[in-house]
Amino acid sequence: MHRFANPTQFMRIADAVYPWAAGLSLILFLAGLPIALVTSPPDYQQGETVRIMYVHVSSAWLMMMVYGIVAANSAAFLVWRHPMANLVAKASAPMGAVFTALALITGMLWGQPMWGTFWVWDGRLTSTLILFFLYLGYLALGDAFEDSERGDKAAAILALVGSVNLPIIHFSVEWWNTLHQPSIIKMDGMTVDKSLLLPLFLMMGAFTSYYVAVLVLRLRSELLAAKIRNARMSQVAVNQAAQPAE
Amino acid sequence: MTVESILKFLDMGGYAAWVWPAYGLATAALSGILFFTLRDLKTRRHEFETLRDARRGEGSSS
Repeated sequence: MHRFANPTQFMRIADAVYPWAAGLSLILFLAGLPIALVTSPPDYQQGETVRIMYVHVSSAWLMMMVYGIVAANSAAFLVWRHPMANLVAKASAPMGAVFTALALITGMLWGQPMWGTFWVWDGRLTSTLILFFLYLGYLALGDAFEDSERGDKAAAILALVGSVNLPIIHFSVEWWNTLHQPSIIKMDGMTVDKSLLLPLFLMMGAFTSYYVAVLVLRLRSELLAAKIRNARMSQVAVNQAAQPAE
Repeated sequence: MTVESILKFLDMGGYAAWVWPAYGLATAALSGILFFTLRDLKTRRHEFETLRDARRGEGSSS
């Protein structure tokens, strides 16, 4: 695993993954959207609103996966000081925040017609809102210090501490049985009809590969930002060294 | 595809006001991420090239 810590090595793999992820995402969206919106049947209880599920569950899945990636990379950064791990976490976090917001808002748009309310302070919704604040806290802390290294470390610690929220979100629907329905995707069999699972999996795959493709672009951008910082610093050093000779 | 069938599709069984905003927001969010990512990448690439060229310029003049 440690050989991926080398940015050149890492980006060689990331750049190779990029066209596949981007292409896969495009294909899955083109295949999934018509099924999700047109050909899949409405739910016998929820009618056409079930179509919201395809974007709601996909963004919820991404918000969890991306937080897991942020936390794992934060750990690798804190333990081994892998700069690349820090960049992966930093490049992922804004996307995770967007997916969380999307899961919350599409959930409200689904909740109002089906539950009769946009919001309820139950376990699932509250813990998801906390996840959103954790993402915001991570992003704010990373920028809060003059010394960017210290900011990165503080943010990484927050990400690690916050990861305790992931199992809480996951099990919330079992621990506190309120309005939010339990998971439909389970290890021991699905609790939903196949006709709804196909568009769901296509959309989840589309969202996931979209995240991977955009992550590679964001990593290129973060690496450039680091190079610019280094170039600036060496510029300052050169100027300072040159001054006494004037 | 008749006009009625399109209207029926757009109506979403009476839930158009919930389904379409959900898809609209998802589209906006995903394109938004891509837009800002590409914008940053472009700005930084430009900045990096400017810095590199400036350095090269200094190197040749000294």
